[in-house]
Amino acid sequence: MSKEPTGPDTGSDNLPAEEPIPNPGLPSHTWRPTDIDEAAARRAERQIASMYLLSMLCVLGFVVTYFVADVGDNWDTILGLGASTVGLGVFLGLALLLIGAATIQWARKLMSDVEMVEMRHPARSSDEDREATLQALSSGAEDSGIARRPLIRNTLLASVGMLGVPAVVLLRDLGPTPGQAAEADYPGAGLEKTVWTPGMRVVRDVVGTPIRASDLEIGDLVNAQPEAIFPSEESGLPELHGAELLIAKSKAAVIVVRMEPETIIPGEGRDNWSVDGIVCYSKICTHVGCPISLYERTTHHLLCPCHQSTFDLSDSGRVVFGPAGRHLPQLPLAVDEEGFLVAQSDFTEPVGPTYWERDHKDIGDQGEADL
Amino acid sequence: MSIDTSKVATSNSSAATAKKPGKAGAVANWADERLGLGTAMKKNLRKVFPDHWSFMLGEIALWSFVVLLLTGVFLTLWYHPSMAEVVYEGSYDPLRGVLMSDAMASTLHISFDVRGGVLMRQMHHWAAMIFIASMMVHLLRVYFTGAYRKPRELNWVIGCLLLLLGTLEGFTGYSLPDDLLSGTGIRAADGFMKSIPVVGTYLSFFLFGGEFPGDQIIPRLYMIHVLLIPGILLALIAAHMLLLVYHKHTQWPGPGRTEENVVGFPMLPVYAAKAGGFFFIVFGVTAIMGGLLSINPIWKYGPYDPTKVTAGSQPDWYMGWPDGALRIMPGWEFHLGGYSFALNVFLPIIVLPGLMFTILLLLPFIESWITGDKREHHLLERPRNAPTRTALMVSLMTFYGLMWAAGGNDIIAITLNSDINQITYFIRVAVFVGPAIAFWVTRRWCISLQRHDEAKLLHGYETGVIMRSPEGGYSERHLPISENAAYTLTARDRDVVWTPGSETDESGVAAPGGRLDGLRAKLSTLWFADNVQKPTAQELEEARHHAEHEHALTAALDGVAADGHQFDGHHAVEGESLRGS
Amino acid sequence: MRILNSTAGRLSRHRRGRLAGALLLLVGLVAAGGLYTAVMTPASAEKTQDLASQVEEGRKLFLVGCSTCHGTNGEGILTDRGNNLGPSLVGVGAAAVDFQVSTGRMPMAQPGAQAPRKDVVYSEEETAALAAYVATLGPGPAIPDESDYSIEGLDSEAQEAAIVRGGQLFLTNCTACHNFEGSGGAMPNGGYAPTVRGVDAKYIYEALLTGPQNMPSFSNGNLTPDQKRDIIAYINSLNESAGVGGFGMGSLGPVAEGLFAWIVGIGALVGFAVWIAAHTTRSNKKKVEA
Repeated sequence: MSKEPTGPDTGSDNLPAEEPIPNPGLPSHTWRPTDIDEAAARRAERQIASMYLLSMLCVLGFVVTYFVADVGDNWDTILGLGASTVGLGVFLGLALLLIGAATIQWARKLMSDVEMVEMRHPARSSDEDREATLQALSSGAEDSGIARRPLIRNTLLASVGMLGVPAVVLLRDLGPTPGQAAEADYPGAGLEKTVWTPGMRVVRDVVGTPIRASDLEIGDLVNAQPEAIFPSEESGLPELHGAELLIAKSKAAVIVVRMEPETIIPGEGRDNWSVDGIVCYSKICTHVGCPISLYERTTHHLLCPCHQSTFDLSDSGRVVFGPAGRHLPQLPLAVDEEGFLVAQSDFTEPVGPTYWERDHKDIGDQGEADL
Repeated sequence: MSIDTSKVATSNSSAATAKKPGKAGAVANWADERLGLGTAMKKNLRKVFPDHWSFMLGEIALWSFVVLLLTGVFLTLWYHPSMAEVVYEGSYDPLRGVLMSDAMASTLHISFDVRGGVLMRQMHHWAAMIFIASMMVHLLRVYFTGAYRKPRELNWVIGCLLLLLGTLEGFTGYSLPDDLLSGTGIRAADGFMKSIPVVGTYLSFFLFGGEFPGDQIIPRLYMIHVLLIPGILLALIAAHMLLLVYHKHTQWPGPGRTEENVVGFPMLPVYAAKAGGFFFIVFGVTAIMGGLLSINPIWKYGPYDPTKVTAGSQPDWYMGWPDGALRIMPGWEFHLGGYSFALNVFLPIIVLPGLMFTILLLLPFIESWITGDKREHHLLERPRNAPTRTALMVSLMTFYGLMWAAGGNDIIAITLNSDINQITYFIRVAVFVGPAIAFWVTRRWCISLQRHDEAKLLHGYETGVIMRSPEGGYSERHLPISENAAYTLTARDRDVVWTPGSETDESGVAAPGGRLDGLRAKLSTLWFADNVQKPTAQELEEARHHAEHEHALTAALDGVAADGHQFDGHHAVEGESLRGS
Repeated sequence: MRILNSTAGRLSRHRRGRLAGALLLLVGLVAAGGLYTAVMTPASAEKTQDLASQVEEGRKLFLVGCSTCHGTNGEGILTDRGNNLGPSLVGVGAAAVDFQVSTGRMPMAQPGAQAPRKDVVYSEEETAALAAYVATLGPGPAIPDESDYSIEGLDSEAQEAAIVRGGQLFLTNCTACHNFEGSGGAMPNGGYAPTVRGVDAKYIYEALLTGPQNMPSFSNGNLTPDQKRDIIAYINSLNESAGVGGFGMGSLGPVAEGLFAWIVGIGALVGFAVWIAAHTTRSNKKKVEA
């Protein structure tokens, strides 16, 4: 066994001084009690075997639990926890742990623990091998004539390279482009539009009932939707399903809050967007699009639970804290002849997170509330 | 397999395999005549692995990946990767009659109507968290011990790719149940994509098959989660293991352990038992966690609905740090020429992770470029003996940890009664200051530990025995450390600062200097600055001579009552009594 | 099925406010006031308890314990900087008083946006008297009756439907602040939405109705009484349902899960790795070679 790194690749010639202490070599082996005492070895053997036995018992327990513990709408419980999950998990886990522990204990106590030495070899191939490989490569290249016939080589490379084109082109139908989506015929198609239309009622989420302005008290928060999500027979709106429903919801969701009318600082041109202190904002955060409804009634702040952007609903949805870069879009409100809240129009700007072409296809007054 | 049993000789337990040609022998013969197993396995069956607990961290990742495959297959038997709108009619009362996607309904079915379904889901999820966590712990071990140096740089790169793919695999799998929390995550991912300049909206529309959320994303993520990424992961894991076998494992320096050998226990039987046993341990721990600890209770989140959200909306832990970066980022967004630049999203979630990953990938190459070290290394370095390297990683870890904390700022706020705004302001500063402080502290700490090692080598260890000299002065008695311990402390390379022109090509001609030579030399100087080198033979000789002189003065103490030898942990105490004879 | 009220009476007994010292002082002051009132009130008047005397008793209690912040007539007091020291109580109704005082939120240890739940100061009769007095300041929501927030009266099918509806309403209106399992969540500037688990149904109802502190209100014109009842039924079903997946780890979502993955999962596995690689006991005897 060599004592010092002196191989060709270890660079021992860089060392400025001799090593201070020579390598003393492997210490002599010391024996375990199980190596020298047959009784200890037998004890260990019994211990290991009993772990394997216990493991089998645990599997039995697993099977019993599987057939005895109820799932479905009426779970059996242990300490308030689901008996099936707990029982199956603990029995399976113990069965596995016992096999593992027994096997490792076997290795630790009874298998040989005399250290062995194996020599390493440099990762690189030997010079002869390299030579032979290079020789083979050049013979191969020579036989193919790839060097002599650059035309073939170049056209081969180009044609194989061109195969990337079908691979990319084939992915084209993964989805429509944003432009195509905007022209699709489902309601509120495209990033710039939502299902809100002038005069559409604001209805409560989940139950779909319209909101009478006089029903709301100061401090009230309503998680609301356009009526198009909950079409009633009288409205004559089409029922939305599947992707259309989800897309419509993901852009059109709003929150309606009522505050003291004098606390509202209306944005430019937004003087008549509120009804008696009732304001309506997009529920979709302008940061990355989480729905937000963490509203504080005294500060009029709205917090996003995802990244803590905070918006001031008394001040055109201005950002007061956090990573959002834009104010929250406001939906202009009015009341219809029956006294229910309705939208004056669709949002005047795209809702949700910022995207590259957003300004390009701007449809309204975006940005002025950031000032 | 009973091939080559003749060499399984050192085992003191009776050999488990048949010695006489029996049935097993016949099978082995049959296989060998077709596969040539004898030659292939000759070397590897008794391949030596060194023994150290930190060498098993990667194994945790490997075995939890196996657990993931097993539990994952179970889940696919019932899971429907479909966003078709269904009305839930299963066993869970509070959601019965609610409109949801088929994916969510089938996940509820697994949870409530398949016995062991919750267990398997939870085992799968816990194993995924442990998979990624153990990859990271393994990565840190490899980094801190310098195990990524030549010839193992490519295995480092493969490992980094595994970490990246594991993270993506986790994210795609987490999204499959289509519950409220994961749907919120996908929605955020849609926002991330849209922030990418020029192509952002196109990426989003192609991924979602139109506008978010559409009805395509779940089946697409499913394919990526169960086929594409696992396939690549398997291939990369195989490559990772093959390279490990080819390079042989690194080992800690010590008596008898050199750059040319590897000292440890043979694959068969010791490592087969230890590693095989560890598989069952990992499986078992996952099962117990899956049975006792609730993870991702989707029935409480409810189905995804783009209008709902819950407090504490967080991704799984491995996505937590870029999420934290998003949270502490100021709201920078600017508009130019009719286009929007959402830097508040693009920088922290697209650029920063890419940058961090690139840095991680390049660490071995950056270090070898700075140090000019082109040698093969099979002996590990203690973290203290590479202070700059250690400090660099601690600095990166500090950055990561602060980002991570930022990702849980709301949970920190409610559990520690603090203010999310203040936490955010604090972390905005701390992500810049913290890593710098961590770098400096770690580096000085390492150098102090090096000094401590040097003192032990030159002056011996502190016995704790205080002596009073005839003049009344007090001093602590030092005794030399054992030869083996002393060797282990000196078994490291001397640091060599790279200087321009120090490299020569094959024919011994100095390589031409590059444009960056000046910078490289400066960096190399800084890299090794203040490091303590091991003493030369001469220094050690002088120090020992001095010690002998001191020792002679106190020789009268030896062998008499309480000379301090007995109980300092450096010698066996059996046969020595407190009162010496 | 016993969905409701099973948790009544085991609330908040062990909660200690973070401002215990200041609170103690306040309790002392209030107790002194209460004692004074009790001594000064003729014993016979307690028995009769007609509304007028109840209001009168409430007014006295109010003047001692509440008027410092809310003004002697409950009109509220503004600080020099224009903030509310205590808001006006005109029109908040008996429900608000019952919620704030019965959960120990009022009297507060110090003015602020967040009123933490703490030990209750006033007895039930005193609270009722305070509520009766504040209700006279202006029309406001009355203390709800048990039938308002209980689904006991429904048949089991209707109860189940109520829980499903309540769950959807809960996920829409409540989880954003109070978390998917009602564990509570962080709000801006150090505020927080408290946990709603284990809270008496009556108080949840009152909180929805009146919107205490910074919480928005869900008045009857916003969420109908039946909808509020359904939400409460859902919260109670959360309290009573089996922990199907095991321990909830605080029901705080992925952060807690990540913490457990590292501490329990990686912790245990690294522990096992240390055990596997550790050297077993050695003997200094030599092996006798055969």
